Amino acid sequence: MPQLKSLDELRSLRTRLQQDIKTRTESSTTITVGMGTCGIAAGAREVMQAFLDELAARKMDAHVVTTGCIGMCSKEPLVDIQQADGPRITYGNVDTTMVPRIVEDHLVQGHVVQSWVVGQVARG
Amino acid sequence: MADQHRADVLVSCLHGRAPEFIPALREEIERRGLAEEVKVVETGCRGFCSMGPVLTIAPPGTFYTGVTAADIPEIVEETLVKGRVVQKLLYKEPSGRKAVQRYDEISAFAKQQRIVLRNCGMIEPTSIEEYIAVGGYEALGKALTTMTPDAVIAEIKKSGLRGRGGAGFATGRKWEQTRQAHGDVKHVIANGDEGDPGAFMDRALMEGDPHSVIEGMIIGGFAVGASQGYIYVRDEYPLAVKNLGIAIARAKEFGLLGHDILGADFDFEIKIVRGAGAFVCGESSALMQSIEGKVGEPRAKHLHATERGLWDRPSCLNNVETWANVPHIINQGAEWFASIGTERSKGTKAFCLVGKVRNPGLIEVPMGISLKTIVNEIGGGPPRGRKIKAVQTGGPSGGCIPAEMLDIPVDYETLSEAGSMMGSGGMIVMDDRTCMVDISRYFLEFLKDESCGKCSTCREGVKRMLEILTNICDGTAKESDLPMLEALAKTVASSSLCGLGKSAPNPVLSTLRYFHKEYEQHIHDKYCASGVCRSLVAYVITEEKCKGCGLCVKACPQDGISGSLKQPHEIDQVKCIHCGACFDACKLDAVQIVPRAMVVDGKVQVPVITNEGPKRPGGPLDVPVRNVTTPGGNGGNGHGAPKGAKR
Repeated sequence: MPQLKSLDELRSLRTRLQQDIKTRTESSTTITVGMGTCGIAAGAREVMQAFLDELAARKMDAHVVTTGCIGMCSKEPLVDIQQADGPRITYGNVDTTMVPRIVEDHLVQGHVVQSWVVGQVARG
Repeated sequence: MADQHRADVLVSCLHGRAPEFIPALREEIERRGLAEEVKVVETGCRGFCSMGPVLTIAPPGTFYTGVTAADIPEIVEETLVKGRVVQKLLYKEPSGRKAVQRYDEISAFAKQQRIVLRNCGMIEPTSIEEYIAVGGYEALGKALTTMTPDAVIAEIKKSGLRGRGGAGFATGRKWEQTRQAHGDVKHVIANGDEGDPGAFMDRALMEGDPHSVIEGMIIGGFAVGASQGYIYVRDEYPLAVKNLGIAIARAKEFGLLGHDILGADFDFEIKIVRGAGAFVCGESSALMQSIEGKVGEPRAKHLHATERGLWDRPSCLNNVETWANVPHIINQGAEWFASIGTERSKGTKAFCLVGKVRNPGLIEVPMGISLKTIVNEIGGGPPRGRKIKAVQTGGPSGGCIPAEMLDIPVDYETLSEAGSMMGSGGMIVMDDRTCMVDISRYFLEFLKDESCGKCSTCREGVKRMLEILTNICDGTAKESDLPMLEALAKTVASSSLCGLGKSAPNPVLSTLRYFHKEYEQHIHDKYCASGVCRSLVAYVITEEKCKGCGLCVKACPQDGISGSLKQPHEIDQVKCIHCGACFDACKLDAVQIVPRAMVVDGKVQVPVITNEGPKRPGGPLDVPVRNVTTPGGNGGNGHGAPKGAKR
């Protein structure tokens, strides 16, 4: 580790290190991956890994969490995206190739990918 | 470094329990193929010491208490894989037994404010990276590059920060005096020689967030013009020594200690000195003697340590908690800090809430909060059916504050007026099964051992006081002993050199002040209403109240209780060792504490009516006990609770 020689160096190091503990800090975005038996069988684990990779590559601030079966097993893997104050959007039959577009359009641009949406719940 | 894990499992409050826990957890996570996604972090104290090990899984911050190795597969399967909560491991509120999922939703935390302890249990103490990530060393950078030493001192003075070791001297003034003192070489010292029985805030801080102490010390060194710092830690805190050592080494690696820190042309080094466990070495002058390698004895303070301290050089000594406050003040400003607390006591204070409360542990509260709030809302109140009698603050140098006075706010002045002191933060809650004479005897026994022996008043006076108190507890004290005790206490307080001797009589004086009746009862009536002083009490069963459930029979270590099922039981006064196990076991309030004098030749002589002593919710005991005769044998069939006896 090179020695820090100024406050600015400390600050840029901090920005980098914050990535490592972002799971512990508050986030405005939560991505929930259905990880019941049905979800895992349909490939939810790979989908979740794809989200993690995509978020890390873009250095984005979002929590990825798992949940159990919610009863729509035929549409697994299901991915919920909840942004601060926004509605909860559920995408169905998600596969790894869809992940970059969801992140780009939904999280970055703010446009929900309507064709893949299977459900939408207003905040609450 | 930028790994893509999605969840952290924070493990805290292991305290040596289950060393195999973390390896087992890591192994299970590995086995389920989650090693890439889930990171296990061992953190410092979360304050829930009695319920450890505790786990926090973030996100979303699910909080599990009392986890054992056997729970690991379920936690990994349910929470980490499937995102579900394991209900049985959630914290249950003492009132209503409501399960709470998240740490910050627990009502005990609602009244707390964590400044010094904010990182404890949240970051890995040995990782400087995590400390930097949560904003660590920003204050140091700010102080070194944008402030002058005088500006730093002015900021600390303005914040109103006072010494957290107990006496409450204004930190800014101490720094200013050290800065203004003559001499080229100056020192800063952190006092981590926490010796009060039942106190562990400093340990938690040094173990859980060592960098905050180090950062505060570097800022202090910059402000007073010192280039060498010492952390005095007692050797009984091996983990604190270890974590501080790692923290110092890591800080050097990052250029945050050593030569030319952050390019600001300021050099600073820190050395750890391990104390050998003498209580008196927590006293500033004895501590400095000990660092110098001499016998840890206090010296007269004609000259303040800020003038001539360690190696006769100007030295600025603060408690580790005081140092840990410094970075927060520099970062967030003196106004912010001064807005917390009361007129003269600013900021927060960490306390170790122990004794007869349902949630013992490490807490941090804003100054000015009432003792009642701490005991009832944070501590969860006394155990079922018991009543708070007093709260002891300030360790052996402090005093007992009676239950009637629990409305007083926690600040330096109010506690001193009440005959106690802030101290370093021990807070022992006592219920009606605590004898106040016995408590002062306990503290004096501790102080007798810990007196360094330099002053005869402390060395001999404490010992004589202890003898009197022991006699009172044994029932051999005379009428004249009470005034003698009081006179001794005042002499020891007025003519001892250091804080230890000056404050040694505090436990006696404060209990004499608030619980004089209890002393009189011990001496005149030869009776200890709380049942603690065994030589003064006997236990009898009230026939009218006893339903013959047999709980006391099971509890008695002497096999000294007999009786038929569903018939009133009897205590064999010859076998009885007066331990009180039957009293604690009885749910019907049938076991009664009576003066020992009532037992003659193994028989309880007269019916007794007493309104003193511990009471159960059923109200004062007003039923006379019958004359108890010593049962011939052990009854036999009284063993075991009857069917249908609900407990």
